[in-house]
Formats: sequence, C-alpha cells, structure tokens
Amino acid sequence: MNRRTLLATAAFAIGLAGAASAQDSTKVGFVFVGPIGDGGWTYEHNQGRLAVEEHFGDAVETVYQESVPEGADAERVLTQMALSGADLIFTTSFGYMDPTLNVAAKFPNVKFEHATGYKRADNVGTYSARFYEGRAVQGHIAGKLTESNIIGYIASYPIPEVIRGINAAYIHAKKVNPDVQFKVIWAYTWFDPAKEADAATALIEQGADVILQHTDSTAPQAAAEKAGNVYTFGQASDMGEYAPMPRVSSIIDNWAPYYIDRVQAVIDSTWESDDTWDGIGAGMVKIGEITDAVPADVKAEALALKEAIANGDYHPFTGPLNKQDGTVWLAEGETADDGTLLGMDFYVEGLTGEIPQ
Amino acid sequence: MIRLEKRPAPSRAWGVAAPLLAVTLTMAAGAGLFALLGTDPLAAIRTIFWDPLFNEQFASYSRPQLLVKAGPLILIAIGLSLGFRAGVWNIGAEGQYIMGAVAGAGVALAFYPLEAWFIFPLMVIAGGLGGWAWAMIPAILKTRFRTNEILVSLLLVYVAEQVLASMSLGLMRNPEGGGFPGSRNLQQYPAAANPERIAGTGMHWGVVTALIAVIATYVLLHRHMLGFQIRLAGQSPRAARFAGVDPNRLVVICLGTSGALAGLAGLFEVAGPAGQVSIDFNVGYGFTAIIVAFLGRLHPVGILLAGLLMALTYIGGELAQFMLGLPAAAIQAFQGMLLFFLLGVDVLSNFRIRLGRREVA
Repeated sequence: MNRRTLLATAAFAIGLAGAASAQDSTKVGFVFVGPIGDGGWTYEHNQGRLAVEEHFGDAVETVYQESVPEGADAERVLTQMALSGADLIFTTSFGYMDPTLNVAAKFPNVKFEHATGYKRADNVGTYSARFYEGRAVQGHIAGKLTESNIIGYIASYPIPEVIRGINAAYIHAKKVNPDVQFKVIWAYTWFDPAKEADAATALIEQGADVILQHTDSTAPQAAAEKAGNVYTFGQASDMGEYAPMPRVSSIIDNWAPYYIDRVQAVIDSTWESDDTWDGIGAGMVKIGEITDAVPADVKAEALALKEAIANGDYHPFTGPLNKQDGTVWLAEGETADDGTLLGMDFYVEGLTGEIPQ
Repeated sequence: MIRLEKRPAPSRAWGVAAPLLAVTLTMAAGAGLFALLGTDPLAAIRTIFWDPLFNEQFASYSRPQLLVKAGPLILIAIGLSLGFRAGVWNIGAEGQYIMGAVAGAGVALAFYPLEAWFIFPLMVIAGGLGGWAWAMIPAILKTRFRTNEILVSLLLVYVAEQVLASMSLGLMRNPEGGGFPGSRNLQQYPAAANPERIAGTGMHWGVVTALIAVIATYVLLHRHMLGFQIRLAGQSPRAARFAGVDPNRLVVICLGTSGALAGLAGLFEVAGPAGQVSIDFNVGYGFTAIIVAFLGRLHPVGILLAGLLMALTYIGGELAQFMLGLPAAAIQAFQGMLLFFLLGVDVLSNFRIRLGRREVA
C-alpha cells in the first residue's frame, strides 16, 4: 500500500467513524467565552453541560470550546462545530449573537441556542435568566451591610443586561438605606482577573465596603479578602470558597434543567425556536447561601424578598420609579414590562455618573 | 563536555534547517504534553496539523479559513520586519491595527447607506492613514525627543483600545442595534464590504494585499537602496551613519510603513471577517505578528510561511479543543513552544556544537 492510498484509507476511516457516531448519538456543542475554570459564568454553563452528559449517558455526546473571542473567530468555531456533526449548539455569551445567526443560516438542520441575545431565527432560539431578581436580593443585603454607604459595582459592558442589574441592586439598596451611593467601574471585559482585581481595589480605595460584580472571575473576591472588612457576592457561580467572608451570598445561574430540556426536545424532534427568560421562580436563578456574616434579621428579610419574587408577589421593578433625569418611568404600583427591561439603557433616579456612550 | 563555538558566519544550512527542526521538536514536546493530559498524542498532532488541511469533513471550510487567519498576521508582520531589521521596534501594531479599522469603518459609516464604487477605495486609504498616523506618534516623539519607541508604541495600544470602546459605544454605535454596543455590520453594506473575491477560497482583499506586500518587500530589501539602508542600519548603525543613512528618516519610514500595513490589516478585517467595530474587535493579531515576523526570520518569504503555520496552529488548535477536549491553555502552551524552540535552535545557525574535551590551545 503506498502512502497516498494509506492516507486516503485513513481519511475514509475517520470519515466513517464520524458518520457512525453522528447516527448513534446526539451531538451537543457548547461555545464558552471564558475558560471552564473561571469559577463564574462559564463554569456554570459547563456544569450544565456535564449535567447533560450525566442525564443522557451514551445517548448524547457533548463537545465544547472555551475562551472563544466574540467576533470573527466565533463564527469559525461555530462552523467547524456544525461541520463536525453537532445537532444542537449552545452559544453562551452575548457577543456570539451575529456569528450564531450567520452560521445558523448556513446550517438549517442544526439547532442553535444563544444565551442573552435578542435575535432569533427558525433554528436559533434564545435564553437567559432574570439575574436582576437576584440583584434585588443582593442590593437589599448590600444596603443593610454597608457602613460607609458606598457600594462598589464592577460592571462589564454597558448593555441592557448589566444596566438592569445595576438598577435592580440600587433600587433595593436605596430602599433600606436612603444614603447609599453606587460607584460603578466599567471593566469592558467578561473575564479578566487582573482588570477585575484592579477595579475592586480602586473601589475599595474610594471607600466602598461592599463590592458587587458583573464579571466572571473570583479576583474581586480575593481583592476584598485581602483588604478585609469588605463584603462581596458570588457572581454567576456560588464562589463558596470565599465564604463566609468576604462572600456573604451569591447569585447562581442554574442552566442544567434548561439544557437537559432542550437536548431532550432535539432528541424528540420537538425543538422549536423560542425565547426563554426564567428567574428565581423557575429555578434558573438561585441565591447562594447567606452566611453568618450577615445579621439574622437582614438574612430573614432577604429570604422573604427572594420568596416574594419567586412566587410572583413582587416584581423588582415596581413603581414609583423615575429615570435618572427625573422623568417618570413607572407610576405607583406599575411594574416594568419585559420589552423595556430587555432594552434598558438608562439609570434610575439617584444613581450618579453616566452610562458610557 | 559540550561547548558552543561561534561560527565565523551564520550557517546557511542551519538557517533553513532550524525552523524545520523547531517545528519537529515542538511536535515532539507537544505530543508529550498531550499524552500527559490523557489525549492520544498522535491524534492531537494529526488534528492540529493534518485535519484543517485534509480532513474530509472540515478541510473545504478550514483551508480557506487558513488564509483568512494568516492574511492579517502576514500583512502586519511584513511591516514590522522592516523596522525590526533596521533596529526600530514597533511593538504597538495592535493599536495601529485598531486605528486603521476605526478610520476605515468611519468612512464607510459616514457614507451609509450610499452605494458607490469609490467608498471601498476611500476606506482602504483611510485605514492605511489611520494606522500610519497612530505610528507617527512614537516616530515623531522618537526623532524629536528621543523617547523610546518600544514603550510609546506599546502604551498607545491601550489608548487605541479605549478609542475603540468609545467608538463602539458612542459615535459609531448602530442606531438600529437596540442600544447594544457595536457598529452596523459592514458585511451587510455591499459598498463597504470586503467579502471573498472567489467563493470558497477565503481570498479577500486583505489576503491579496498581504501577498503583494510580501513581493514588494522582497524587492525592496534585495533590489532597492532603501532596503540596503534598512539592513545596514540594523547590522551596524555606525557604518550606516558613515554611509550617509539618516537614522531619523529610517525611523519615520519604518514606523510609518508598519503602521500603515497594520492599519490596512485592521480595515480589511473590520470590513470582512469581523464585520463591525465592536469593543472586542482586536484579538491580538498585532502581538502575534511579532512572533510571526521572528518565526519567519524577518524574511518576506519566511513570514509568508510562518503566518500560514501560525494560522494552522490556531485553526487546528480550535479543532483539537472540541474534537479531543484539549483545554485552550494547552493549545496556547503548544504555540508558545514553537517560538521557544525556534529561538532555541537559532543558536545552531550562529554557533557550532563541539563535543569532547577542549583542545589545548
């Protein structure tokens, strides 16, 4: 057998193996914006992936790629995944929106699920969690805990999801502590431990004794621990290794039930493009254990707030609420509609500073 | 006893053999790394180096992608190599790349939605000028005030990133984008788009320009007085001065050319594969191009090959990640090994290895 035929045979064998595995099991791909060991956002998505593997066993094969930049590279990664025979691909960051739609248009038989986006197609669905519900609980605890009345907030990108979180936290901090002030630093990254640590340190130096974060690493927790007497909250993941101090609670994203549900839909051929936006009630957002560093009465209030949100008695955006410029947004008793929330590009009254333009 | 003995002149044979040896050593060490991670090393090496080119499922897609990925790397590295040869160290190509993209996209967005033939050529000019102007800052500071161009050009990258963020959030933000950062997608604006010239080849104007730059630089270095001056200034600055080479002029030319080429690379990327000005538009081509320039021995043809090889490790590395579950960090370590071994075996072209006892002089 000469070299050429040997190679051809090898290539043929690989091709056959690929085809065979495609028939036997459902292949599910995941594209991650950070490393799976980030301890936050990507970590929880990967936990969801592992839950899918465990639930379906040999019936489902999962593949993933971590630290994929949001842009031209994402499009290539997605195309290669689709070419490799994936039946369903989860793209787990906002910036994958256009690449997901572009690739989906080329592979009508592959299903795509894009996290936190707003564009859909016949084979592209979107999903996200109502993180702002968790932010409300966080804001309540933070407002009670702060002694300097300065709460630091490490924001990632000025997109509606992040602005919503700032507003939700501020509204509920202010409710329990009228003197509270928010200092926001825009990090322009989802995951960059060095930048996040710098931001946390800068906020602490400016007098913040509670740090909230919308970035994915545990670096702010470490910075707070070093500074001492600074409270933090786990973001996206429990970050329990920093409990009971500085981490006093957390917002946990729980993707596993959703992922299992969608994979099942693909197996049953019942998958349809839709938009899912679940919160505490549906179990997609969880509040991590509130530690003993929080006074018992505050803890009880926070849990009551969580309960009220979960069973639908209370909406975190309930009027009267004004926008930052003083114009009326929600009248007494009125609650925000999802459309406004999804496109939120303004601060509520009382927040200082501007959303970067 | 092993001893290194300096060669009277660099060995030509090793100059060619060293990169090949480096690639071989990288494969061997990489195989060891992958084996330790519990992956079949042969499968990993095959996935990285073979599958992107010849796998039935992928190759028709990943081969053209090789050009898409290598194009900007080559274009930037070619510009940098001129400066590096002359001892002018432009480390800020990433910033010039960003500014070229911003300037070029700015022209397109200013004309939107007009469809006219002159828009794309204007964008190309603006892109080149944007990168050139950004590189002129370290050039003028160096020639006027003797500042260090390494520091100035590098730090300007971070300034450029802030400009990029500001543009994506403000001036260039897509008014129909629902408040989300990022400009209109130029791929959907035919007069400004930079698509594949021939379907299925990945050959967009950036790749074409990179190839032209390779040829032009080859001619410049080997057939032109300026090329001679560049080489001379790098090898012996004193001799160059005696020969009447104006060092300030060389600084301006080298930084300007590399800046303009990096700016062009940015423009072709933003109008083509990336499509829009966004906060995360730059992904490190400007820095990776430094590796490509040295991997290619600062030689135009070498850079062409090095750019393709680098692109191959990127694309193959992505495949290896999701086909074999290798972590992204392992792929980066693998790419790092390539540079490490290349610089390591470089010693062989300048030195001879002597085994045995030192002879009595």
